[in-house]
Amino acid sequence: MSTQVTVIRPKKIFHLSDLKELWIYKELLYFLTWRDLKVRYKQTFIGAAWAVFQPFMSMVVFSVFFGGLAKIPSDNVPYPIFVYTGLLFWQFFSAALSGTANSLVGNQALITKVYFPRLILPISSVITQLVDFFIAAIIMVGLMIYYGFMPSFTGLLMIPLLLVITFMASVGGGLFLAAINVKYRDVRYVLPYFVQILLFVTPVIYPASIAGKYSKLLAINPMTGVIQNARAALLGTAPINWFLLAISFMGCVILLVAGVYMFKKVERYFADIV
Amino acid sequence: MKPVIEIKSISKSYKISHERGGYIALRDVIMNVIKSPFSFVKEKARTVAGFEKKEEFWALDNINIEINRGDVIGIIGHNGAGKSTLLKILSQITPPTKGEVIIRGKVGSLLEVGTGFNPELTGRENIFLNGAIIGMTKREISRKFDQIVDFAGISKFLDTPVKYYSSGMYVRLAFSVAAHMEPDILLVDEVLAVGDAEFQRKCLNKMEEVTHKDGRTIIFVSHSMSAIERLCKKTVLLEKGRVAMTGDTRDIISHYLNVSRTAHKVIPESDAFAGKGYKITSIELVDGMIGTFGIAYDQPIHLKLSIEVNERLENMNFAISCNSLNDQLLFIVRNSDQKEHAGETLEPGRHEFDVKIEHMLRPGNYHIGLGITRDKEISYYEPYQAVLEVSPHGKQMTIQENRGPMNAISEWNLDHEYR
Repeated sequence: MSTQVTVIRPKKIFHLSDLKELWIYKELLYFLTWRDLKVRYKQTFIGAAWAVFQPFMSMVVFSVFFGGLAKIPSDNVPYPIFVYTGLLFWQFFSAALSGTANSLVGNQALITKVYFPRLILPISSVITQLVDFFIAAIIMVGLMIYYGFMPSFTGLLMIPLLLVITFMASVGGGLFLAAINVKYRDVRYVLPYFVQILLFVTPVIYPASIAGKYSKLLAINPMTGVIQNARAALLGTAPINWFLLAISFMGCVILLVAGVYMFKKVERYFADIV
Repeated sequence: MKPVIEIKSISKSYKISHERGGYIALRDVIMNVIKSPFSFVKEKARTVAGFEKKEEFWALDNINIEINRGDVIGIIGHNGAGKSTLLKILSQITPPTKGEVIIRGKVGSLLEVGTGFNPELTGRENIFLNGAIIGMTKREISRKFDQIVDFAGISKFLDTPVKYYSSGMYVRLAFSVAAHMEPDILLVDEVLAVGDAEFQRKCLNKMEEVTHKDGRTIIFVSHSMSAIERLCKKTVLLEKGRVAMTGDTRDIISHYLNVSRTAHKVIPESDAFAGKGYKITSIELVDGMIGTFGIAYDQPIHLKLSIEVNERLENMNFAISCNSLNDQLLFIVRNSDQKEHAGETLEPGRHEFDVKIEHMLRPGNYHIGLGITRDKEISYYEPYQAVLEVSPHGKQMTIQENRGPMNAISEWNLDHEYR
């Protein structure tokens, strides 16, 4: 039997063996995700239905007020399905962002008592949100059948790509916030407000075209590319905007790298601060 | 054969930021910048230029220890001597500032029992979750599942959420999972202090069995001298972040108890206000034996507790506990025992509590602890604040050895009736 040798030294920020370590701890990742799902669905009375209820109710309210009363244009598709497509991705993004940002502070007890690669915590929180996304997607399928939309084959292929971009955006931004959250504990109170503001600068309840000549500015927000293209792919509101998608993708890669760097930098001292 | 653990000149420093807890509010930082932007820039510049150095505190200072396979090593020392920091470095929770540790084998660390237990989940689910957290594989847990349940004695409640468990059951289950982990090296920190006496004995037996049978290496930190004495052949005494002594457990313990008695006044370590609004400046034994933290058996324990407060604190309660060296709680006294003193309000400034405790402790050594609650929430708790020596030489007489758990004072009168 070969014995495993561990050398503990003052830590470097990034090391290739970190990736290997993540793989070794995959079972813990599984259990933490499983815990989050189980606890969440046990605690709330309606359980998994919550994942469906939340975006569904938002859709109904938005459809009545923004679509029905305010008559916000919706790229020539019925407003409910228009807004739901946006909400589906937005819900995933915002929940994953908040989840990631709070993953360290929320797991203080674990961090100060047990060693494991800390990245597991944000990853598990995003996977939990991903499960919610798929549950909420059931309504999307229902709406598409009801309104008679048939996605194209390329459209369906787009979904995983859009998910990957959303994943990178939320994890990148979330890791960044998580690292700040450890040091400045009031960040968690500002966060919900911040997420709410983000919702209004993202074309979720309105089409990007509403901004007219300023719509280019919206492209800075990576979620713009995701949501616009989700509508293009599923509802055929416009041809897929590859350029916008590429901008989103690049933006997210940068965000993710910066987030991971920031996280790894603070990671070494988590246990000392919390 | 190479040693399983080589600790080579390990040091760990913490930066002390005064008047503050470990974390700050972003709000305050922003407000400071807005209110006085110039002083902020000046301060930053000074720090960068190196004029103003943050105060450093060396929790560990050049520690060198070698541990061989199968050794069971005890680590003792006062609060703040660096015991827990050392274990945290060995279990990779926090990195050292300097030095290097080489570990040959799989490490299991048990700094707490029941880490990650979720009250909503059932006993069964928590076994798997906690097992995974402390580093067991799913297969390993499944294989040992029945043993774990047996050892904890909770088979009836396996599918009940643990929030309905009694605290005893909770601890038994948590310890049971931990006891079935099979690392080459086990790091244990003060976890036996929980649970009832019988379960503690069971745990000690289990740990003894494990070391003898499998030749596992254990590093054991405890305040319970009896547990250390029972488990460990060798012991390391830490003092202020350095290794003060290494050697045979018996020698070290007797040395330690002698050293720890010399203080007459205890000053809790590194307890700057830490966001709590108060700081314990000292705990002093009044009318004690000269030069020691000790009293005669027939004297009350008379303590003076000094606290510095920097914001108005309401509803504060204080408690002093006494534990035997093998961690049996003997008594707790509280300011709220007298109704009119419950929930003190403290204004900024210095405050001094004068506490007189009538007791029935028999001669020996005891741990005196201090607990503080604010608004019914525990804000400070340290059961091992000081070691109190109770001497058999009283004001009236010297008493003989008494094997029972407490002392009793008696008066004997013999009446004679002659025929």
